[in-house]
Amino acid sequence: MKHAITLENIQYSYGRALVLRDITFSVTPGDFFIVIGPNGSGKTTLMKLIAGIAQPDTGMLEILDRPIHSYSRKILARQIAFVPQSVPIDFPFSVKEVVLMGRSPYQGVLGLETKEDIKKMQQAITFTSMTHLADRKMNQLSGGECQRAFIARAICQEPSVLLLDEPTASLDLSHQIRIMDLMEKLKAEKQITIVMVSHDVNLAAMYGNRLLLLDKGRIAEIGPPREVLTYQNLERSYGCTLLVDKNPLGDVPRVTLVPGKFVPK
Amino acid sequence: MSGDHSDIVKRLSTVSGLLLIVLVVVMLVGISIGSSGSGVTSLWHIITDPDHADPMLLTIIWKLRLPRVLLAALVGAALSLGGLVFQALLRNPLAEPYILGISGGSAIGAILGILLGLSQFPGITLTSFAGSLTTLLLIIGISAGQSILQKNALLLSGVMVNAFCSAVIMFLVSMTHDARLHNIIFWLMGDLSMGSLQHTGILAMALIPCFVIIFWFSNTMNLMLMGKEMALSMGVNIKRATVILLVTTSLMVSACVSQCGLIGLVGLVIPHLFRLMLGSDHRILFPACVLGGGAYMVACDLLARAIPQHGEMPAGVITALIGAPLFIYLLKRSGR
Repeated sequence: MKHAITLENIQYSYGRALVLRDITFSVTPGDFFIVIGPNGSGKTTLMKLIAGIAQPDTGMLEILDRPIHSYSRKILARQIAFVPQSVPIDFPFSVKEVVLMGRSPYQGVLGLETKEDIKKMQQAITFTSMTHLADRKMNQLSGGECQRAFIARAICQEPSVLLLDEPTASLDLSHQIRIMDLMEKLKAEKQITIVMVSHDVNLAAMYGNRLLLLDKGRIAEIGPPREVLTYQNLERSYGCTLLVDKNPLGDVPRVTLVPGKFVPK
Repeated sequence: MSGDHSDIVKRLSTVSGLLLIVLVVVMLVGISIGSSGSGVTSLWHIITDPDHADPMLLTIIWKLRLPRVLLAALVGAALSLGGLVFQALLRNPLAEPYILGISGGSAIGAILGILLGLSQFPGITLTSFAGSLTTLLLIIGISAGQSILQKNALLLSGVMVNAFCSAVIMFLVSMTHDARLHNIIFWLMGDLSMGSLQHTGILAMALIPCFVIIFWFSNTMNLMLMGKEMALSMGVNIKRATVILLVTTSLMVSACVSQCGLIGLVGLVIPHLFRLMLGSDHRILFPACVLGGGAYMVACDLLARAIPQHGEMPAGVITALIGAPLFIYLLKRSGR
């Protein structure tokens, strides 16, 4: 397997608006790949295309070196799991039930679970430190706990690639770090390729080994954090003044917002 | 195989077994009580010693009460399932064929069928089916423009469609002056008394395949409740499942409406009750709604027969008296 994901000249429009254009890049197996960019730059759409939820107008999209349309939905679901930005929890499923749903790509239509499925569900719950919450209903959990349950469901799906759309959005600081550390553990222990959208460039800098900066539907920069997160690149895409220096924790850039009163006239 | 799947199969059979007992008991009570007297013990005599039973009572039980109880059980099951499916597909616990106006559309179709002098089956069932599909498309069309997730948009369009349907129904009723009028009015209020064994048999043949299809998609409904994106990413063919489920449910509801008129809010009460007791797994909720919904309808019909001193009231009165307050309670709670 050479590439986990390959996109070539992908274009996608929604109605008359061109959301993504000239998108060409690939993700290597074992990457922690993070997509950043301003609001409306097409990050979520990019995730949906890779997840097979939306289809590009033109261009080539390959998953594990095979065109995405050559997969059936179920077989694709065994390779790629997706954690969307917002998931409705109007109906009170328990954590166990939700995690077990991750086995559905391997089951018949009625989703009758085998002992093997139950074992994998329990492992995923342990892996995400959800054991004490396993019997709770989803609507009794905090935002961070919900997110962990959805990630456990994705792990239960045993994918080669895990896609996440802003998994740390609206979480408090400790939950953000827990989720990101969990991703790192997934990559290290289960060899799952992580592809994630993040609105937090500092988390992206500290965890991602490759970043993609998206701007108005085009690739602005792609590469290791040090190359992508320069103040020139970021100011051009985000359109605000930023301070970029070296993070004292290690050899990665650190981005600081500069309030208007500190900007020299 | 079944040893492998022990957990879900065990829960499924426990729930089904218990509710089957409840249903049978309620049906036996339903058969033994009526305006011409007699109780559970005399029913026992009839079963054990049919040769010495009162022939009059025998006729009442076989020709009147048994078909009626069976019809009530079938209709209760179908309407409960209808609510369950709509709630899952529209991801709204307040969705229900009656509230959304689908029953009303189906009733317009049925009344037109009656006025045209069509036969009960397949004529009126088909015009009623056409009516329910039209209203369904209308509601989805109206609320889809503002995203189907917006609960209020869906409910409001349902309310309006329902109001419009009621107006059309009243219009049709006021234009009718002959003997058909009384039939239409009584039928409109939800009437189970017209069933014969033959009618009930035909209805069962239409409904049971629908039940099977819905059970087949019960796990798919679970996955679809996690939202379109997550369901798609788990390999669910959402479009196909949605179309099949909506058409099946409309067919089921219109078969019931064409047979018994407007019996409202059963599809709200029963799924809600069992979701509280059993959780959200639709593979478990399916038998619960079929058996529990059947028992609930038989019991409501029993009340409708037992409460009035003279004659009886339509069963739809009882289901609405129980269902409407519950709807208001749920609406108030969901707003929090």
